[in-house]
Parts: sequence; C-alpha cells; structure tokens
Amino acid sequence: MTALLEVEDLQVEIRNRRGAVHVVENVSFSVESGRAMGLVGESGSGKSMTLRAMMGLLPTEAHISEGRVLLNGEDLVTAPRRRLQQLRGPQIAMVFQEPMSALNPVMRVGEQIAEGPRVHLGLSRSQGADKALELMRRVGIPDPERRAFDYPHQFSGGMRQRVMIAIALSCEPRLILCDEPTTALDVTIQDQILRLLTGLCADTGTSLVFVTHDLPVVAEVCQTVAVMYAGRILESGGVTEVFRQPRHPYTLGLLRSAPDFAETREGLIPIPGAPPDPYAPPSGCVFHPRCAFATADCATQPMPLRQVTATRTTACIHDDRALESQKLLPVAQ
Amino acid sequence: MTDVIVASAGAAVPVERPAQRRATWYRNAPLIAGMTITGLLILVAVFAPLIAPYDPNKQNLAVSLVGPSAQHLLGTDQLGRDTFSRLVFGARVDLRVGFIAVLFPFVLGTFLGSIAGYFGGWIDIIVMRLVDTVVAFPFYVLVIALVFVLGTGERSIYIAITIVGWVSYARIIRGEILVAKQLDYVLAAQSGGLSSRRVIMRHVLPNVITQAIVYAMSDIVQDILAIVTLSYLGLGIAPPTADWGSMIAAGQDFLTTHWQLSTIPGLAVVLTGLGLSLLGDGLADLLRPGQR
Repeated sequence: MTALLEVEDLQVEIRNRRGAVHVVENVSFSVESGRAMGLVGESGSGKSMTLRAMMGLLPTEAHISEGRVLLNGEDLVTAPRRRLQQLRGPQIAMVFQEPMSALNPVMRVGEQIAEGPRVHLGLSRSQGADKALELMRRVGIPDPERRAFDYPHQFSGGMRQRVMIAIALSCEPRLILCDEPTTALDVTIQDQILRLLTGLCADTGTSLVFVTHDLPVVAEVCQTVAVMYAGRILESGGVTEVFRQPRHPYTLGLLRSAPDFAETREGLIPIPGAPPDPYAPPSGCVFHPRCAFATADCATQPMPLRQVTATRTTACIHDDRALESQKLLPVAQ
Repeated sequence: MTDVIVASAGAAVPVERPAQRRATWYRNAPLIAGMTITGLLILVAVFAPLIAPYDPNKQNLAVSLVGPSAQHLLGTDQLGRDTFSRLVFGARVDLRVGFIAVLFPFVLGTFLGSIAGYFGGWIDIIVMRLVDTVVAFPFYVLVIALVFVLGTGERSIYIAITIVGWVSYARIIRGEILVAKQLDYVLAAQSGGLSSRRVIMRHVLPNVITQAIVYAMSDIVQDILAIVTLSYLGLGIAPPTADWGSMIAAGQDFLTTHWQLSTIPGLAVVLTGLGLSLLGDGLADLLRPGQR
C-alpha cells in the first residue's frame, strides 16, 4: 500500500510580541489508504495545530514555516487557495471536537449537510436534499425526513456529532481529520460515534487521522499512533507495540497516568511537572526536565526521532530503560 | 461575544427556547408601544390620500392663516393650504425617504464591514481608516455639508446619508465578524471547501446581521431627523412638496399668532422618533439575549 498522506518536517510558527515560537516542530508521519493513525498528547502539545495546518486553516497569527503536507503526492502547503477549496470536502474533511459549536446555529441541518455536495458535486437543490437524507440515514439519525428541517439546537450532542460526521462524509473524502471528536460526549455515546466512524471509514476505504488524549480510544480506532509532546513527535509505531512496549518515558508516563478498569491499580502515577514554556523550550530532549530516566546527556544533545525497528521510531536515547521499566511495572492495555 | 453565549445557552436549554421567545415578545412593553406608534404612522403615510381632506398643495388665499375649525382641523398656512393634509402627506415623504435612506448605508456598511472583518489585512486597514475619517466629523454637519455640495433633492439626501451612515454598520459588522470567524462552525464551513463568499453570506452574516438590524432601527430616527433638518434649512425636500421640516420653517414667522403651524409638525417628528426608538429598543431586547 502506498501512503495517502505524507507529512514531512512540518513546522508551525506563531509570531507575536513575545517573539516567535514553534508550536509544531519537525513533525513527520504518513497514513496509508484506508488506515487510521492516532495523534496523542497532552493539551497544548500541538495536536490540533498540526491538524489545522494540514487543512490550511491556521489561526491568523500562526503559519507554516517549513515542511510539506502531501495528499496523493500533492503539496497542500504550497497549493493556491482555490485548489485548497477544491480539495477540502472531496479529498480531505474534518470533524471537530465540539458538536455544539461546529454547526451553524441558524441553518437547517439538512441544508448544512447538503451544502458540500451541492458545491463540490454540482447537485441541484432537490438532489442535495436527497443526498442529505441518505447521509442522515447512514449516520443513524432517526426520522431524517423530519429532522432535516430542524436547527442544530434541536439536536442532542451525540446527534450533532452524527451530523458533523455526515457533513465530513458528504463528498466522500479520501481522508478525514478528527479533532477529539468524542471528547465532548458521554461515554456511551462516545462508543457509538467511534463505531460509526470506524465502520463508515472501513466501508468506504477512508483514512483517518485521529487526534485525542484518550489512549483507549486510540487503541480501539487506530492501527498506528504518534505521541506528541511540546509540538514534537516523541514516539511512533503500531498501536499495540507502542502501548505494550513503550520506548519513550513520556509514552510510559501517559499510559501510567490513564485510569484502567481491566486491572485495578494502586493509584495513577502522574507525570511530575508541567509541559515546557514554548517560548523557552528546554535544551536537548524537550521532556528531560520531567523525565525519571534523564541523564546528563539528555540536556545537552538534540534528540531527533530515530528508527528502532522497521515500524517504530523514538526520540529517547534511553528507550531500552523505558522498555525495562514497563516490564517491571506493566501497564495493561 | 454574543454568539458564544448564544451557542452555550442553546446547548443548555435546547427545547424551551422557541416557547420562551413566543411568550416574551408581547410582554415587551417598548416593542408593543413602538410597533403601535410606528405602525399607525406608516398607515397614515400609506393611506394619506384617503385620510387628508384636501390636496396638500392646493392654495386658497381666501382662507389663509385661519385657526383650527371643523373645515380645517389644524387651520391653514399663509397660502391657505390645509395644515392637517400637509402633515399627513408630510409623513408620507419623510417616512419614505427615511426608510429608503437607511437601506443604502446598511448594505454598503455591512458589505465593507464583512470583508474587512473576515479577510483582515490591508482591506481591513483601508476600510477602518475610511471609517475613522468619516467618524471624525459630526453626523449632521457632514450630511448638511454634503447635501449643500450635491444640491437639494432626494437623491442628494440618499448619497449624503450613505456616505456618512455606512461607517456605523461597518464597525458593528466588522466587530461581530472578528469574533464569529474564530468560531468552530465558520472553521467547519471553511474546512468543507466553501468559497469565502459563501462562508460569509451563508454562515457568518446570518449569525451577526441582527446587530445591524437593531442598529438600523435607531438609525432611521437619525436619518429622518437629518431629512427634516435639511428641509428646514431649505436643502432637503424641495417645496411645494409637503414635508415636516419645511412646514416648521414656514410656520416660524407666525409662531406668535399661529403656533400650531410649526409646533404640530415638530410634534410629529418627536412622535416618529419616539416610536422608532421604542421599536429599536424592544427589538434589541428581544434579539439580544438569545438571538435564535
């Protein structure tokens, strides 16, 4: 299989009065057709910025200072605005975190779903309405003939997220970017939405990039995962191997600080400290001030991602010790 | 700002909302009073030919400057024209010109405010510099000066009010759009590959336009006052067309003997202003807490 999406050395810079910061630094990953990749990390680790950069929808103060985002070999970073508008929808779509605020409050739901197909696929008003009904049925909204004429505030959170998914799917994109699509929902609804999303993507062969801080969700949805911290990817690989045998102390820390019901633990082990100030990132490894395994080397030399096996990369030079520690105090996943 | 609040409020009480709205509109005293006064005035203006007992421009020097009587409810002016008829036809002219005059600045200001707020950058800088320039002058002074340059007549009034009036709409809309364009649904619309024009017209503007509409209600008052003032100064509606401003000006000379000639059209202006202001206030109350 060839890679549908390739992100190469993506760097996002924010300039303001305090100077320039790189909120995304040398991020590279690829997603194959029909596969799902998870992007995990704490709040503020640059996950959402990475997604918005890929969509070309960065906030005004941020811009891509380096790197390429190749979709089917076409660079989205250098693509002109008109071309991007053609690609958004039929090639690449996005599902947002807050279904409450991501729908236009004064537009009927059916119209919102039909809008993409009408613009991109050239459907007439009535064809668009039919398409909206079909999509609402596919995402499991009951009574679509009536609900299509309702406004978003008349929908529950879970139903709104279904509408968002219907909008994302409406032009049959090759790739859907999901920005924490289930974080704002109840756990029971979360599971429904995840199943729906993965099911529909499996049917159509759509790839997913799934941003979340919820590790079990990644384990359920994705085949590969990249762990982000302070705008950098610290570790990547297949989901099972990364979660079973983490090769970065940060991944280990994330796993240990997540609650787990399969095996009751004495208590969660939080990662000490706080993420670094983006204006003054630590020298060497960005994680070393919070790292239990840190040695003098960690603070001095830069830590690029390196390949450890055919499928795995890590930015830690003590990855063996992280692995060792995992064996002594296993995290069930 | 309001949009954020609206979004979360909508989330909290999704079902009760429409019912609440329906229940509140008729309990809104300013709105009811404003609607009644403005409604009556509009009816008078529309049915002026049926209401007025005389032709407003027909002179009859035999009965000039008579006091109120059964034949002439409010007496006649120095040319023997029926004051009541002129008052009624004056409503027609002033209200029509006022309502039309508010449309042009509304459209121009909304357009320029939208592109300034949405695109930012140099467009925003240019538009906002223009706004600052216009705002530097008092409204009436600039309108009067412009009409003076352009010449009297309705067309000049429209042009002058548009040139001066659009800035308020541009400011309101720009501010609202600066907030709205950061909201998720605008981002979602952009991520759907919609053109900027479509995003503005279908997703951003419908959510912010209410603020401009509320402002337009109070703006009509200002415009009608401007028209009356211009006519009073002899720059607005050309005589002999009946208009409150010229009626006040003409009646001035007889203030000590026939006070009603100036006072009654003056009161009509006050009543119109009151009605539209109340309507604007009521509308603002109705739309602000929970737009939709």
